[in-house]
Amino acid sequence: MSKAFSASRAVTALMLAGLLLLPLYSQLSGNLFILTLFTRIVILALAAASLNLIMGYGGMTSFGHAAYLGIGGYAVGILAQEGIGSGFVQWPVALAASAIYALVIGALSLRTRGVYFIMITLAFAQMAYYVASGLARYGGDDGLTVYKRSAFAGLVDLSNRVQFYYLCLACLLGVIALIWRIVNSRFGLVVQGLRSNEQRMQAIGFPAGRYRLVCFVISGTMCGLAGALLANNTDFVSPAVMYWTRSGDLMVMVILGGMGTLFGPVIGAVVYLVLEELLSQVTEYWALIMGPLLLVIVLFGRGGIMGLLGRLDRG
Amino acid sequence: MAEPLLRVEGLVRRFGGIVATDHVSLDVAQGELHAIIGPNGAGKTTLISQLTGHLPPNAGSISLGGLDITYLPAHRRCALGLARSFQITSLLLDFTAADNVALAAQAHAGTSFRFFADARRERGLREAAHAALDRVGLSHRADIVVSRLSHGERRELELAVALASRPKILLLDEPMAGLGATESQRMVKLLQELRKEVSIVLVEHDMEAVFALADRISVLVYGRLIASGDPAAIRQNEEVRRAYLGDQHVVTRHG
Repeated sequence: MSKAFSASRAVTALMLAGLLLLPLYSQLSGNLFILTLFTRIVILALAAASLNLIMGYGGMTSFGHAAYLGIGGYAVGILAQEGIGSGFVQWPVALAASAIYALVIGALSLRTRGVYFIMITLAFAQMAYYVASGLARYGGDDGLTVYKRSAFAGLVDLSNRVQFYYLCLACLLGVIALIWRIVNSRFGLVVQGLRSNEQRMQAIGFPAGRYRLVCFVISGTMCGLAGALLANNTDFVSPAVMYWTRSGDLMVMVILGGMGTLFGPVIGAVVYLVLEELLSQVTEYWALIMGPLLLVIVLFGRGGIMGLLGRLDRG
Repeated sequence: MAEPLLRVEGLVRRFGGIVATDHVSLDVAQGELHAIIGPNGAGKTTLISQLTGHLPPNAGSISLGGLDITYLPAHRRCALGLARSFQITSLLLDFTAADNVALAAQAHAGTSFRFFADARRERGLREAAHAALDRVGLSHRADIVVSRLSHGERRELELAVALASRPKILLLDEPMAGLGATESQRMVKLLQELRKEVSIVLVEHDMEAVFALADRISVLVYGRLIASGDPAAIRQNEEVRRAYLGDQHVVTRHG
């Protein structure tokens, strides 16, 4: 059982307080860039959290999660292009499209395990990437500019930096709260049981396939939301958001922060993207420093940053 | 005579050229403890795996309570009241003992497509779990993560998990495997209690335990059933002696 005070809780609380107060700091210091950076971080943290649901809790290592970023983004971009600017239409479509994609991809790929599952999810994401590249009407390779951000009937103004940041943060926290409920529910215990020992779960009467598929769809839908936010953030969507390296980035964030922990992916996203930002200011070859750094954390801190903090608590 | 609870007819399973299950037919009556014995490699685990649905047979049929279950998947058979323990302990190692048992209860108590309510606070499931743990004498270890339990405790937990699904028939694959003498005795005592409530198919190497517990014994050699009968008859059976103890006789005679 966990204690009331622990290093991992303290770090999580500190990070949440920081994220909540960030716009205040940005206003006071006049540093607008940090707000832009952290809006992107919060959105990708949402994507990483959704990946963590299947990868960390469900044991389904998907290497194609960035596809949902593109699907959610293109749903917003294409509808905007066609003159439908309302977020009340765009966003449900973005979520539904992601859910349908996840349902189809999941039904096919969840028949496989291990490396094959990784490869098949990767293959589907690359297919989505090439399909997007072929959408001549919507910019093809060059991508699609979103001239007007999603409109929410005056409830929230997405063009206002602070409002948009808080909307993203609210989405992130909402999704994390949802994941928290799910992993402690009947459904969540079954999914985690399947990760732990599928043979045993079958023997006590759980059909593995449909639980995994539903979990896969929930996760994909959540990531579709991140896609819709990302398109609004950059006012642009292109096939590049679906590229396999982006899926890899999401995996790294999850592993770095700590798989199967509620706030691990958020910490992972913050650390990964802030480091990327800082190092790329120092040198063009920032990946040369980032690579070994990640290696050290993954090798010596099994369970990622959350795992390290957990060991600190136990002394 | 009443319909047997479990009926196996002409079951065949081949692995390449080897016939691991060779036209096996056997019945398990309601309330019976039916032991299956045989030397190493006789195909006992192969047979059990076909009964539980983890391995499809090449021919033959299996029925449970008159219902043909030959090609039903494992989870459907479990829903019909067939529970198993594994020869090599198979549990959720990163879950607590209570969670392991509660999940088995959950599988038989309504849908598990519930996404919001905290499953660990469902009283019905927790009570069922503690009752089953109590049954095998593990209630004091309920909140311990399985990876920290001893081998003997894990064997008992396997049994609790099987019990929590309220089965009609329990398939136990070598429940004494790897247990020390005192642990074995406890297990025998436990099985003596359980057999009053549920029919049991017991695959076991420990002959002392088998002859103490079984109503009926079937002997499997090279995939074939060579004898089936009550313990006294099996003890007297010439063919069983030759097949089962044959090697030993040779060794003692020439040694």
